This record gives sequence, C-alpha cells and structure tokens, in this order.
Amino acid sequence: MECVFGLVGDGFALIAADSSAVNSILVHKSNEDKIMVLDSHKLLGASGEAGDRAQFTEYIQKNVHLYQFRNGIPLTTAAAANFTRGELATALRKFCFGQSPYFVNILLAGYDKEVGPSLYYIDYIATLHKLDKGAFGYGSYFSLSMMDRHYRNGMSLEQAIDLVDKCIIEIRSRLVVAPPNFVIKIVDQNGAREYSRRESIPSV
Amino acid sequence: MARYDRAITVFSPDGHLFQVEYALEAVRKGNAAVGVRGTDTIVLGVEKKATPKLQDSRTMKKIASLDRHIALACAGLKADARVLINRARIECQSHRLTLEDPVTVEYITRYIAGLQQKYTQSGGVRPFGLSTLIVGFDPYTGTPSLYQTDPSGTFSAWKANATGRNSNSMREFLEKNYKDTSGQETIKLAIRALLEVVESGGKNIEIAVMTKEDGLRQLEESEIDLIVAEIEAEKAAAEAAKKAPSKEDT
Repeated sequence: MECVFGLVGDGFALIAADSSAVNSILVHKSNEDKIMVLDSHKLLGASGEAGDRAQFTEYIQKNVHLYQFRNGIPLTTAAAANFTRGELATALRKFCFGQSPYFVNILLAGYDKEVGPSLYYIDYIATLHKLDKGAFGYGSYFSLSMMDRHYRNGMSLEQAIDLVDKCIIEIRSRLVVAPPNFVIKIVDQNGAREYSRRESIPSV
Repeated sequence: MARYDRAITVFSPDGHLFQVEYALEAVRKGNAAVGVRGTDTIVLGVEKKATPKLQDSRTMKKIASLDRHIALACAGLKADARVLINRARIECQSHRLTLEDPVTVEYITRYIAGLQQKYTQSGGVRPFGLSTLIVGFDPYTGTPSLYQTDPSGTFSAWKANATGRNSNSMREFLEKNYKDTSGQETIKLAIRALLEVVESGGKNIEIAVMTKEDGLRQLEESEIDLIVAEIEAEKAAAEAAKKAPSKEDT
C-alpha cells in the first residue's frame, strides 16, 4: 500500500511519498522517510521491499558521491537515472550466489543547470521513462488520475502543492488501507530539500 | 602465470629493502609538498612546476579531495598517486555505506599506508613511488589532523611536515617557526615554508585550505599572490629592523 508520486513544475520537481513502514498487519512507524537526498540536486523516492529499498538506494547514493569525488563534478540527473536503471537491470538476471533482483520502484527527480528540472520513472524490472508526472503503488490509480486531470506544463509551486494535496486526499479517501502520513520533498536550482509533511495522525 | 609471483622487494644482507629505498628516492625527486595543522584550519601546499605553454594547467590538480572532510597531497610518481587516490576514494564511500559513518583521518591514512605496505610484500609488484600528506577533520570531535605516509607503508601524525623536493629545508624551517596558528596565519606559515624552496609567486604554488565548516577550498592565484606580497613585505620590514640598530652604532 506504499504510495510514491512526483511531478515536474516550473523550475522545480517534487516527489511525495507516504511515510508508513508496514509488516503484514503491523505498522512499525508512520514517519519513515522514503525520499533519499541523493546529492545536492537530486531526490530518490523509493517504494517496495523495505530491506531492498534501504540497501539499493544507499548503494546508489554512495556511488553517485564517488563519481563526484573522482571527477570533481556531479553526475547529471539523466546519468544518475541510467546508472540506477543499469544496476537494477544487472541484478535482474542474476539469480545466483544469493543475489536476486531488487524489489524497489524508484522516482528520481533532479535539477541540472542546463536542462532544468526532470523526473525519471524506474521500476523494479529496470524500466526507465523520463516523465512529467509519475506514480507507483496502489495509490497510483488515484494520484495518476488526479494528475492527468489537473496537471499542466510549468505549474508554479503553489499550484503543484495544491495538486499533490488533491492526490493525497484521493488516496486517503479511496484507498482501503491508505497511509495516513506523507512527506513532500522538492528540488530546484537551490538544491534538494524537504518541503513539507502531511500528517493525519501523529506519527508513531 | 607462475613467473609473476616472485617477490621483487626482498631483503639485502644488511637488512635493507632497496626497492623501498629507491621508491623514497623517487619521492625526493618529486615536487615539494607541505602540510600545516592549525587549531581550526589545515593547509596543504604543493609546488607547481613550470607548465609547458601548450598544456592546460587546470587539468593537473595536485591536491585531491578524498571525501568532504579529507584531502590529500603527495610527492612522487603521479601515476601511482592516481591509483592510490582512487582506491582511497572508494574506501571512503564504502566505509560510509557499510558503517553509516564517515572515515576518520587516521582510518583512511591507515588504509592507504596498508595498501602501500602490501605492495612491498607481494609477488610481481613494485612499491608505490609516492609519499602522501593527508589532512582532515575528525567527523565527530572536529579536531584537525595531518598524517604522512611513505612507500614503506609507515604513517604518523604531524603538526606540520613536508615531503618531496628539498623537504629537509622546509621541515627545518617549520621546526624553527612552528607555533599554534589559526585561519590566515596557518596559510601564511605554509606558504612561507614553501617559499623557502620554490620560486616566489602565485603561479608556482598551489594552496588548498580545509576548514571544518567549508571543507576544502583551493586558493585562487590572485589570493596566493596577495599573501606572498604580504610575506615579502614582512620579510623586508624584518630585514630593515635588523639593519637599523647597527646603523645607529656607527
């Protein structure tokens, strides 16, 4: 029941993710941060198997940092997305020595000076799409429909947050075991940072 | 394949490892490098040998960043340096990944020294021909550190040290003039040590300053020129002060 969705606006990209960590019928915590700050201008929102999510995203983050130290400049968002997809693709066909595919779905948002904001959809079987809006999970049935209806190119931050709130309301009201709390993070020319949280119950 | 597992670095009858000593010779021929530890600032300085006219000097950075809080300067074989620096950078990220903690300066120094030692005790390989000066701030206590490694794989911590060409003169200067400094004073001390053996001027020196808050910062040539001018003025004033009393005697 994990919900991750994101969109590109005017000079920024944002990702919203639910913050519940669940094991069968038990909610471990409801303030889990699933959107990793990959580097100064990149966000990685991930959903899926909890262990794989932490393992894989941290692995990607450290490799992105290594590239920066080796080369003196950061990876572009496109390069980071393709690298991530490549790692998923390699692990996909490796069913040996205890390595199995990573069950992680990823939305990668970034800001590059030359290109501006961008969003990449990478699913667990290494599909890569550059999109204006994307979503994963059961929540995508509702958030994607909401975004299809209300999204326009080059939305301002206020309009985008309003759309995100509309999506969250849909998810909360229509999804059977809807996650109560969400985290919203944005990335623009000033960097990647947490924008806000949406809490309908105090986090445990 | 069996031909390549014979050791190259073997003991001489009087207990020397000549390959290691020859590697130290290579270091002695390398460009001068100096490191000075202040209370809140650490400075690395490297001599910039004259660049050929057609070479783009920006591509030859002599002071390398290993992580956000660690930097390295070296003297000796630059190609060997590339390999060591690459391994150290990977180790810094690997440590962060597996231990969720940045490396301490001592850890990464021990790692680099360990690598250098391995290559003095393995078949078919020669030692790395460089000595490194590693600086950084401890990620938790914030204390600054300066370490040096050499081709034999030994390492130790220093308040200030020099390696490469004319390192003995620089070290002598530092021993005479070292005192606890901070900020700009630390930078000046490092530049003064380098100027003992290097032709004066911003285009012959590369200086990088590390602080806890801002990490590593390379100084611009113009900034270095300003400080060099300050140092020369201070030297001239000291000379004049020395001469003036003797004039009054006559």
